[in-house]
Amino acid sequence: MISFLLRRLATMVLTLLVISVLVFAIIQLPEGDYLSTYIADLEAQGESVDPAKIEALRQRYGLDRPLYEQYGVWVLGLAQGDLGYSFEHDKPVSDVVGDRLWLSLILNLITVMFVYVVSFPIGVYSATNKYSIADYGFTLVGFLGIAIPNFLLALIMLYFANVWFGTSIGGLMDPKFIDEPWSWAKLLSVLEHLWVPVLVIGLSGTAGMIRRLRANLLDELNKQYVVTGRAKGLPEGRLLRKYPLRMALNPFISDIGSLLPEIVSGSVIVSAVMSLPTTGPMLLDSLQSQDMYLAGSFLMFLALLTVVGMFLSDVLLAVLDPRIRLEGGVRR
Amino acid sequence: MTATMPHFVSKAPFAPEAVEAMSAAQERYYLASQWRLMWWKFKRHRLAVIAGVLLLASYGSTLVTELVAPYALGSRNTDFIFAPPQPIRLFHEGRLQTPFVYPLRYKLDMETLKRDYSEDRSRPQRLRFFCSGDKYRFWGLVEGRFHVICPPEGGTLFLFGTDRLGRDVLSRLVYGARISLTVGLIGIAVSFLLGISIGGMAGYFGGWIDACVQRVTEILRSLPVLPIWMALSAALPVTWSPVLVYFGITIILGLLDWPGLARAVRSKLLALREEDYALAARLMGARPSHIIRKHLLPNFMSHLIASATLSIPGMILGETALSFLGLGLRPPITSWGVMLAEAQNIEAVALYPWLLWPMVPVIVIVLAFNFFGDGLRDAADPYH
Repeated sequence: MISFLLRRLATMVLTLLVISVLVFAIIQLPEGDYLSTYIADLEAQGESVDPAKIEALRQRYGLDRPLYEQYGVWVLGLAQGDLGYSFEHDKPVSDVVGDRLWLSLILNLITVMFVYVVSFPIGVYSATNKYSIADYGFTLVGFLGIAIPNFLLALIMLYFANVWFGTSIGGLMDPKFIDEPWSWAKLLSVLEHLWVPVLVIGLSGTAGMIRRLRANLLDELNKQYVVTGRAKGLPEGRLLRKYPLRMALNPFISDIGSLLPEIVSGSVIVSAVMSLPTTGPMLLDSLQSQDMYLAGSFLMFLALLTVVGMFLSDVLLAVLDPRIRLEGGVRR
Repeated sequence: MTATMPHFVSKAPFAPEAVEAMSAAQERYYLASQWRLMWWKFKRHRLAVIAGVLLLASYGSTLVTELVAPYALGSRNTDFIFAPPQPIRLFHEGRLQTPFVYPLRYKLDMETLKRDYSEDRSRPQRLRFFCSGDKYRFWGLVEGRFHVICPPEGGTLFLFGTDRLGRDVLSRLVYGARISLTVGLIGIAVSFLLGISIGGMAGYFGGWIDACVQRVTEILRSLPVLPIWMALSAALPVTWSPVLVYFGITIILGLLDWPGLARAVRSKLLALREEDYALAARLMGARPSHIIRKHLLPNFMSHLIASATLSIPGMILGETALSFLGLGLRPPITSWGVMLAEAQNIEAVALYPWLLWPMVPVIVIVLAFNFFGDGLRDAADPYH
């Protein structure tokens, strides 16, 4: 088990390194840097730019050094928790970001939990009561969940909240708590506001999970050991719990590999639509204004969420299933 | 074991053809080609056929967009800003008529500053079909005026209402289809090319190439796609022309989609390259690319096409999401996402809900692709 953990940890770190190169390459892609855009803006407004001052700025942010050095400084900084400097806000990135990373983390975590908690009983029910009215109902909801993209769902929710209640359901907490220090009341308020985005982001994932769990469980239920068990007189509930459910649980957990990137992607765009104080809207801003370190740390953070999430699910899977632990391979 | 069976030999002449003769129906079935078998199996999937017809019609309409749309793309009706949808009617004062609409009367509500439109029920205006209307350039080349349906003489026809510039929402939807629907096709072509060549190399050569490709696909699959798409499309130079941006976006959409395809190709190739016919081809000196293309790929082409069909909706949604966020296509290009971007202001949408119309085709097309792809996937293996 320990060697499995170590190996898995090593691949995770390597993956993150590769991703950091990728992210750095992406944020370097736009022509010019933030300063050249800034200068162009100033000149467009008819202000003169002092070349010496620009050169000083350039040196201060390390923009004059070769790319690989810039990358090195950035990655080493990240590893030590220094997210770099935001040009647009003229503050260190960590100050600009504030609570956003934590709120994103909470939002994604709760959405994943929501998906699992909701899809598990429904999936089991649909498989054991195949072709019942409720099963058809869930299938229909599932198709809608897959077909309605989450940002459109967010838009529809906003629309109906506005038309029916005349209120905005955007935001993640009561306005009076914004910029307040964290307290129990603030946390409660966040939890109260959380359910709408969680529902919106989690719906398509839940639908997919239900479909897959239903299919897996149906496969197991048709196997001969189930018939044998039933013939020997096992009560249905015990029969289901003892074997088929455990077999179907494995892919259910390893499916987090496709679920997590989907949820993180979804949370970005839904937050942007509903203007939640998470990473989404600010990532959008930073991309549009070429604030490269801000954008880069958001991208890294989002990738970190999925990669660490998958690592945890692999560990969980290894605990559940000795075959994986002993072979050392990871089944997806 | 003393009693012996009498030895029996039939005297009748033996004709193998007669024994193995198949009925006409059997012959038709057994001698059918793989594609024919797939077609038969696909036809049994009712929902998939309906979805296929719908998709065919939608894609067909993009060929003749200019004729289908009642208005030309750029036409603005400054007198009718945020006009509500005008229903087509058949009964005027209780009597059946050819299809007509009532003209809109405009009044500004001085208290809320909301534009109030009401129908003038006294003057039915007859619709014109196969008529001459707004001037357009067919595919940007040939000038024309012919439309399938036109607004009545001196009247308006806003079946889905108008937007903040007084442009007909329905016409923009029809024009938007040309962009939104083709984005998926070009994107999937890029991803198909990458997936087949990279997965093909990994599966055929194995060894360290395979190991590298495996790691790369794993990493790419673990990335949240949308933020990367956002970052990449934000990196497209602002100076690019709309057409270049369009191609840039489609390529970006395809760039992150290939790992799934590559994995499928690889696992199939790993199994197939051990087959005797692959060995035979190799012994006869065929080059790897030849073996992959001629002997191995045809084996699972149908599967690939099915899974490609299932990933087109993801790209259509990707384009819609990017344009919606203002990072994808920009006006003057009209796509469903660009139209939805104008629906971002929720207060405006509460007053003018018809701005949300572009959602409907997006959802319908995504559903249709899902059903169609499901049907294709089932049909892809006709021997089961």
